[in-house]
Amino acid sequence: MLENIDWLLIREIISCVLILTGVLFMLISTLGLLRLPDFYIRMSAITKGTTLGLGLILSGMGIYFNQPDILLKVLAIIVFSFITAPVAAHVVGRTAVQNKIPFWDRTKTKELNEYLEQENLGEHVNRDKYIEDLKKKKKNAPGNQ
Amino acid sequence: MKTFVFHFIVAFTATYLFFSQADLPIPYNAETTTAMFLGILTLLWLSALFYNKSYFRKLPKAINLLLYFLKELFLANIKVAFDIVTPHYYMRPTIIALPLTVKSDLEITLLANIITLTPGTLSIDVRKDKKILFLHALYVKDDDIEQLKNYIKHGFERRILELTA
Repeated sequence: MLENIDWLLIREIISCVLILTGVLFMLISTLGLLRLPDFYIRMSAITKGTTLGLGLILSGMGIYFNQPDILLKVLAIIVFSFITAPVAAHVVGRTAVQNKIPFWDRTKTKELNEYLEQENLGEHVNRDKYIEDLKKKKKNAPGNQ
Repeated sequence: MKTFVFHFIVAFTATYLFFSQADLPIPYNAETTTAMFLGILTLLWLSALFYNKSYFRKLPKAINLLLYFLKELFLANIKVAFDIVTPHYYMRPTIIALPLTVKSDLEITLLANIITLTPGTLSIDVRKDKKILFLHALYVKDDDIEQLKNYIKHGFERRILELTA
């Protein structure tokens, strides 16, 4: 019974489906990079799309080759990309807020505005000036905090 | 966590040593090695009942968090993909200040990473006293911010707290 099943064919079909889904997600998120309205929305679209696409493509590859060493490497790549991609997105998003990259018109920024006023980030145009001002503040008031 | 790393290394070494023998009774491919590795890991997990009860309780919760995260990742991607390929914008972007219950740096990092990868949300900034996390959310149903906050708090934060408590 078990000898009659063509395992290679089954593996090929599964990996085809996974790789095609991954490529589709990557393609759609790249289209989103072109057409979404503002920086932050584009960022969130591209982070999710490419991370999931990469994971699907790599797991499809691991299933196709059916070798333990390849599977191990593939899993390591997936884990590390899932850890690092959101950290990079977070850093870029934070820098964008500090650099006053404008939001889309329809974005509701009520809860952020209070924070920006508290931190005196609202008035700064770029990060260098922000850091300079921070240094000045520290010089004027040592032992603060 | 330490127990898990120790068990992982033991299971990995045992599998490696078994499959580096000269004449094997079973074929050498991904399925057999993965099955053997997971089998050894499960046996070690069962043995943890006698010397490390908290690890015995926490591993199923960690797997639960992982599966929930993968499900949310898929749903988020399908939502965003649908919005990209259809001409009308369904999104209502909002900045949300999420008060944090989790305390340590590890928990906050985990929560922020998971949030960035799931339903149309992007973590932007953490306030200096580590009590508020700012999110950029794409899909807020009926402009109800509290509902989304509750969703994140009961979905991810509760699971992370259960894991680290």
